[in-house]
Amino acid sequence: MTSGLIFACAGAAVFALGVAGVMLIAHLLRRVLAFNLMGSGAFLVLVGLGQRAGVPDPVPQAMVLTGIVVAVAATALALALMRRLHAATGRAELPPAGDDD
Amino acid sequence: MAWLIVLPLGWASLAFLLGPGRGAVAAIIGLAAQLWLVADLAAAVSAAGARTHAVGGWGAPLGIDLAADGLSVVMLLLMQAVALPLAVYARAYFAPGADESRYFWPMTGFLVAAANALFLSADLFNLYVALELLGLAAVGLVAAGGGAPQLAAALRYLLATLVGSGAYLLGVAALYGTYGTVSIATLTPLLAAGQAPALVWIAGGAMLAGLAVKTALFPFHFWLPPAHGGAPAPVSALLSGLVVKASFYLILRLWLGPLGELAAAAPGAGWLLALLGSAAILWGSFQAIRAAHLKMLIAYSTVAQLGYLFLIFPLLAAPSAAQAGVMHVFAHGFAKAAMFAAAGALIRATGQDTVAGLAGLAERLPLTLFAFGLAGLTLMGLPPSAGFLAKWQLIEAALAQGYWFVAVVVLAGGLLAAFYVLRVLRQAFLSAPAAGALRPVPRTLEWTAFALAAASVLLGFRGVDLLALLAAGGAP
Repeated sequence: MTSGLIFACAGAAVFALGVAGVMLIAHLLRRVLAFNLMGSGAFLVLVGLGQRAGVPDPVPQAMVLTGIVVAVAATALALALMRRLHAATGRAELPPAGDDD
Repeated sequence: MAWLIVLPLGWASLAFLLGPGRGAVAAIIGLAAQLWLVADLAAAVSAAGARTHAVGGWGAPLGIDLAADGLSVVMLLLMQAVALPLAVYARAYFAPGADESRYFWPMTGFLVAAANALFLSADLFNLYVALELLGLAAVGLVAAGGGAPQLAAALRYLLATLVGSGAYLLGVAALYGTYGTVSIATLTPLLAAGQAPALVWIAGGAMLAGLAVKTALFPFHFWLPPAHGGAPAPVSALLSGLVVKASFYLILRLWLGPLGELAAAAPGAGWLLALLGSAAILWGSFQAIRAAHLKMLIAYSTVAQLGYLFLIFPLLAAPSAAQAGVMHVFAHGFAKAAMFAAAGALIRATGQDTVAGLAGLAERLPLTLFAFGLAGLTLMGLPPSAGFLAKWQLIEAALAQGYWFVAVVVLAGGLLAAFYVLRVLRQAFLSAPAAGALRPVPRTLEWTAFALAAASVLLGFRGVDLLALLAAGGAP
């Protein structure tokens, strides 16, 4: 098992943890953190699989940089929305899904 | 070609600099120019086939290529042709200084730029970035409503869209790890060439699942009704008419391109999508029939109408299936934008948005009700509308391959659509005593809603031209 493959497998596991966190946790801050975990997992897969015979490939690294920028923007938006929601309702959790109306 | 992305970015930034609520005129001029650019591009593509453009003069392996074939041009055309009347509508809809319009124009500009970038992208990673930008702009628009329900809807939408694009990114990473490229044009022959390893199957599944979440395919539709139903009317129209179609475009693009070989090897995947699509049609229509609020009714109708788009996947052996899908995207884009626009005018006039509160409105706002009815005609799929053309082709493709139950679902869906559309119209035509005085509605609101609805019906007469444009440049 090469080191790249270990990275990729760990990345997949971290990604799965993140998805579970986003879906199952109630507190919004922890959900946002779980989303970041998810992104890190995907980046780890990208960099891990992108090694050819031990030589790092620059293209996935550029992609990961772009992906980090996108993830930072998404995190900032989520945190801003969360603060507004907290100011409006006093809670840092989503209200339970309405009965379809 | 690059101007289609630069121009909306330009007027969005200008609107941001001008300050809250300003920039409408720049947006309308910009969108008109974009429409002209798309018409120009469409003429070029139908004359000379697919076009590519190397951004900044840097070719594909180093730089980023933009590519336009028939499918992209058709989607670009829909985007600008619906966004332009909606911009005119929004300018009249938002009262000056209204809180909900503070960042409408910059957000709309970024949304249009991201969607155009998505339709023009030629590699999977660029598509991911465009998809993410589109989602973020759409979430911003939903949150602009301001109240706690809108914020909760926006956050729920944001988390759903982030999980969706995260799964897509994971798929892209696995594909890059296997083949060392993300260019769609290079990947397609590589995937078709030989036995794909298991990793590629996982990648394809992750990408499709992520995109299905973003397209609000049943049972991932939970985020759509509160987000689309709670936003201000112009925002709902943009989101329901256009934004959900962008991720559908990507599914279709992948299915016809790189993932085509996998899909052919596993026909079950297409049937799974079609099954979920059928469930979406029935469940969405059912919820629309019992929704108490007008905008929730229209939002659930979107869930149902998106279901039709997924019925085409097992039928793609017949060329008319892909045509039916694109035709339905067009018909629904115009009709749903018109419906939300008409609903916005009705809500503006009555000051509330329950279906029951519409009683007796037909005499007072005939043009708006007519627009709503015309859009409903398209959703039901009655001739001569574009919706009829789409359903006709879908049924034809299904029957030609012997899958009559798909045709049954399509017909049942049309009947259910008639239920919820007529429910609204019946209420409006009741000769009830008008409850309270109506507030005056700007004429622009009524006329733009009517123009969009009329376009969705009259498009049925120009369907052949649209399909010719789709076939140009060799896409499906």
